[in-house]
Amino acid sequence: MTPASARTLLVTGAARRLGAAVLRDLAAHGQGRRVIAVDLAEPDPDLAVDGVEHVRLDLRAPAIATLIAKTRPDTVLHLDVLAAPGQAGGRTAMKERNVIGTMQLLAACQRAPSVRRFVVKSSAAVYGCAPRDPAHFTEETQPHRPPHAGYGKDCVEVEEYVRGFARRRPDVSVTVLRFAGHLGAGVESLFADYLALPVLPTMAGFDPRLQFVHIDDVVRALRLASSGAHPGVYNVAGAGSLTLSQLARRLGKATVPLPRFAAPWLGRALRQAGVADFTGDQLELLTYGRVLDTTRMTERLGFTPRYTTAQAVAEHARTAGIKPLIPPEAVRGAEQRLISLLEMRARDGADRG
Amino acid sequence: MGDQNENWERRAARGLAFLRRRITGEYEVDEFGFDQDLTENVLLNVIRPLYEKYFRVEARGLERVPNEGGALIVANHSGTLPLDALMTQVALWDHHPVGRHLRMLAADVVFTMPYVGSYARKAGHTLACNPDALRLLGSGEVVGVWPEGFKGIGKPFSERYRLQRFGRGGFVSAALRTGTPIIPTAIVGAEEIYPKIGDVKPLARLLGVPYVPVTPTFPWLGPLGLVPLPSKWYIVFGEPIDTSTYDPSAADDPMLVFNLTDQVRESIQDTLYRVLLQRRSVFF
Repeated sequence: MTPASARTLLVTGAARRLGAAVLRDLAAHGQGRRVIAVDLAEPDPDLAVDGVEHVRLDLRAPAIATLIAKTRPDTVLHLDVLAAPGQAGGRTAMKERNVIGTMQLLAACQRAPSVRRFVVKSSAAVYGCAPRDPAHFTEETQPHRPPHAGYGKDCVEVEEYVRGFARRRPDVSVTVLRFAGHLGAGVESLFADYLALPVLPTMAGFDPRLQFVHIDDVVRALRLASSGAHPGVYNVAGAGSLTLSQLARRLGKATVPLPRFAAPWLGRALRQAGVADFTGDQLELLTYGRVLDTTRMTERLGFTPRYTTAQAVAEHARTAGIKPLIPPEAVRGAEQRLISLLEMRARDGADRG
Repeated sequence: MGDQNENWERRAARGLAFLRRRITGEYEVDEFGFDQDLTENVLLNVIRPLYEKYFRVEARGLERVPNEGGALIVANHSGTLPLDALMTQVALWDHHPVGRHLRMLAADVVFTMPYVGSYARKAGHTLACNPDALRLLGSGEVVGVWPEGFKGIGKPFSERYRLQRFGRGGFVSAALRTGTPIIPTAIVGAEEIYPKIGDVKPLARLLGVPYVPVTPTFPWLGPLGLVPLPSKWYIVFGEPIDTSTYDPSAADDPMLVFNLTDQVRESIQDTLYRVLLQRRSVFF
């Protein structure tokens, strides 16, 4: 029998939907590992997974050190990096939870000799987005305009602390996964809220290239990263990209182009109405877009997402019940009718001639 | 008569299929944002009359552009607005034996401008930077660069057909790294479309654009001044410079890169002078 300490996995941010999906996946593929799930909130009873020990704990407090010393996990899966202020109850709380929470967790891990692997969920938001960036971001690309606020900035800071930890504990395999936007069944994100709007506001004159990863692939990538030694930084995204206009057409959604100067104002209005949450980086993304280079993911991590970007969008639309304004069948039918009408006219013309 | 009807009918069916694809989003856009469907069916059609009727472009040496695999078109830049680049794109798609799409590397200011930037991407162009150049050449595309940049396109009329400095030779190292042939290309006629005799520098700074040109007709005639002069154009694709004989590490030898850059530049300048001597008039 392997010692218990070598078979224990600690997951942070476990009460949220992604955390629950990861826990379910670990229960199915965890090969009898002990799983400790940490979150500030009580897990939703619907999302509870058998065989997982739930611990309610605030990562911002040193209590995490006691828990790690007591349970001696070998792998830490840090998912508690929140993307939207709404998930934490305000931007200040979100930043505290992301940055201070990560610092406390890393401080605890640094003291724990049992920890052999550390995996953190980061985001492509670390690249920011600017018109002067190359068409693809590799893990090494120096962004032209790094994020200066919001989620992207949090991720940059989290990654900085993680790099520091990796330097101080060279014996720990540290994996940073930079995910493209998540889509798929049950995903709650700023972009998912955006897609749920009856008409999609867009930036007049801009058509960003967007890239997504399906939630199932996020879970699979996290499982892969937490089950072997894969040190390094990896972009994780579905193959290909869609432009925003193309995405809107595929979903059968109407778009309203807005002048760029009016966008922050509209963002605030929508937020106050509680319809959708528009942060600064979200508006930037809708203006300039972002596409990742995933060569390292396929070649070094050995991971291939099951869903392409286009499939992830289609799957999200299906599960979220997004109905097109005009169904594609109707468009195809109209085309057929017009063509047969033309054929008839041509035949009449030929008969007469 | 019946034949004509049929053609008309087929064209209408094609148009309808295009419309259906645009409504339902069933077209592909590559990772650079190149929308082939839109480019072939709309964008090229919009600029084609300029190529055929207005500038009456004569393209020579198109057979020197390979039918498949990568190639790097390096050309002189002029004319205040980058019409020369667009005309080269039409030439390669309409008149090349197999029809190739030109993927241009454009200045960053293009992508900061609304509409201009997004249509540039849809037409297949991307930011002039090393990673994008390598990726496009590596995947066997025909890439176009105008290494004089704003120094070339925005130079005063008095300096017409005098090549400016060729950037830092980044295009040569990209070609060396990928073993892609460089095709020096000379464009004659574009210099005369908007003879730039002045520059409103303060306004340019205010608008964040590289220059605000003054021509004999602009801004004096208002929007009419935007109509380019109907010069007669020649686009001459020169003898390719083979880079596959070099080792890819040659790209790290600055002296070799400078020499090749000069070779390309001289080749274009020679062709420019030769065609200018043969030209009977600016407009015919």
